[in-house]
Amino acid sequence: MNSFKKNLLKKRYNAERRFQWYGKIAIGLALSFLAVFMFQIFSKGYSAFQKTWIVTEVHYDKELLLIDAESPSKDDLENADYYDVAYKAMTSLDPGLPEEEDRQLIQMVSYKYEAEVKDLLLKNPDYLGKIVPIKLTASDDVDQVHKGNYPRDIPEENRRVNDYQLQIYDMLNERGDILSEFNISFFTSPDSREAELAGIASSFMGTVFSILVCLAFSFPVAVLAAIYLEEFAPKNKFTDFIEVNINNLAAVPSIVFGLLGLGVLLAVFNLPRSTPLVGGITLSLMTLPTIIIAARASLKAVPPSIREAALAMGASNMQTTMHHTVPLSMPGTLSGTIIGLAQALGETAPLILIGMVAFVNTIPGTPVDPAASLPVQIYIWSESAERGFVEKVSACIMVLLAFLILMNLAAQIVRHKFEKKWS
Amino acid sequence: MSKIKAENVNVYYGSKQALFDVSIDIAEKEVTALIGPSGCGKSTFLRCLNRMNDVIEICRVEGSIKMDNLELNSRKLDVVRLRENVGMVFQKPNPFPKTIYENVAYGPTIHGIAQSKEEMDQIVETSLKKAALWNEVKDRLDEIGTGLSGGQQQRLCIARAISVSPEVILMDEPCSALDPIATAQIEELIDDLKKEVTIVIVTHSMSQAARVSQKTGFFHLGKLIEFGPTDKIFKNPDNQQTQDYITGRFG
Repeated sequence: MNSFKKNLLKKRYNAERRFQWYGKIAIGLALSFLAVFMFQIFSKGYSAFQKTWIVTEVHYDKELLLIDAESPSKDDLENADYYDVAYKAMTSLDPGLPEEEDRQLIQMVSYKYEAEVKDLLLKNPDYLGKIVPIKLTASDDVDQVHKGNYPRDIPEENRRVNDYQLQIYDMLNERGDILSEFNISFFTSPDSREAELAGIASSFMGTVFSILVCLAFSFPVAVLAAIYLEEFAPKNKFTDFIEVNINNLAAVPSIVFGLLGLGVLLAVFNLPRSTPLVGGITLSLMTLPTIIIAARASLKAVPPSIREAALAMGASNMQTTMHHTVPLSMPGTLSGTIIGLAQALGETAPLILIGMVAFVNTIPGTPVDPAASLPVQIYIWSESAERGFVEKVSACIMVLLAFLILMNLAAQIVRHKFEKKWS
Repeated sequence: MSKIKAENVNVYYGSKQALFDVSIDIAEKEVTALIGPSGCGKSTFLRCLNRMNDVIEICRVEGSIKMDNLELNSRKLDVVRLRENVGMVFQKPNPFPKTIYENVAYGPTIHGIAQSKEEMDQIVETSLKKAALWNEVKDRLDEIGTGLSGGQQQRLCIARAISVSPEVILMDEPCSALDPIATAQIEELIDDLKKEVTIVIVTHSMSQAARVSQKTGFFHLGKLIEFGPTDKIFKNPDNQQTQDYITGRFG
């Protein structure tokens, strides 16, 4: 081998090695972006799954509760006055505090503390007249202090937790009366203006209903359209035109569909505003082209020999399609549908336009109740000023991501498990 | 006895003409082989006999093809009924990705041939026996048909074709994807089947045509060059082109 050829060979090897390195660097870069993103979300969000409680003692004093009856009924307990009992439960933490300063102690728990005091007695009627320990939801500020997210060294006038409150907190913490437990209410409560009480139940249900409505509207329409276009429609300029338009539709920005939902569903058809019904129909406009394209692709992937076999057996076009082509294309269609729905799951803009951005503090029971959705909830919370919402945003993103991963996993499983292999 | 009589059949794919004035008489309960080089139009002609060319949108068929005096090349013809009577076996085995039983039972089901489960079982068994596959699959009828070997798959396709008791079976190079042993099995099967059905087979293998057929037609460039008894075509053809093709000088 002469030196010229040797050189050429060496160059070729080097070029290939360099190219592989470029590829590796590109993948490494992408993975590190993902890692940073994930780290950000997890490090900020994981604390939202912990809830801080303040433990104190409550005296269910019959006189303060204004209960006269000797053995009070459920109704008596229901209608009793809990204001004083609850107030005393908190102020007893520091008996020396002058009365005009008591707000400082009350502010350390959520505004719902009176209801919590009431609930405990309703659950345990025999506590009446006794002094019992009680767990009260800490305010979001105390919660953040306890989680170490709140800087204690900034000047007092810039702090939402003053020195006195910090002192009480430290005292309680030393006594072990600050509890940190798994935050069940994050999953079971609707949204709230107070970060310590806010949960994703309403937006989660809103998302579930929206996706179900979206599926119910888009799947049948898209599959029928795909079957007709692929198996029955004549191939001419008009059907080509339709195909181009469907492909274009898939690329239309989602906010345009939101405007359509606003202009048609709300203004013309007068459907209830802010509901998963409208949200789902709007999203179905978006998923429609995605499903049509996936369904057509998987119908195309059914080998023509199967169609010929059925036709040659004397099956009509309809029978060939329904008995053979469509069942064989279903795995591809379904996984395309799930991917379309996963896209719809993360959509925010169209939902904001049709009013699903409203503050909803009830859990929707049907698709026609007002609701938010998970991505919109993220948007709403990210606009809130309180420090307590920062971790909630990340936690909500984590729930949304888990939802997305589950759906994409389902799509993968459907595709691999049920798709027929053609030799 | 003539079963199918084609007269002046011209076939066009768009503006391209694929068959030129083909006229042929296919005799009942005989095997007719169609031979010729690739692209000569023999498969196109075969697909005219069960109107499979309908699937190809740009395909246009002119002329007259009569089966028992029924005009096949007519808009009014119900192709479903026609294909019930004219079965087809394709080049590549194409069983449905369903069970062996379902593969054979599909035709009788859609044409309402079996009245009861027992009758259907009977049809499936006879069809598989006629296709010489019964002994190999009788214990695994609920297995997927596509899991069989290539030769078995092709015999399953033949069983599927005969399940509706057609009068004619068209075979489009049925052995081209099979090994010699499977080919021999299929050829034996063709020999058996011709007692009951008329068979038209397209083949690239001249020895196969010589072995299984009674009549042979030689196609070249869309024209039927010569048609006659297989013995005569192979031993003493009238046409020089036929002679050249058979002796392997072109094609």
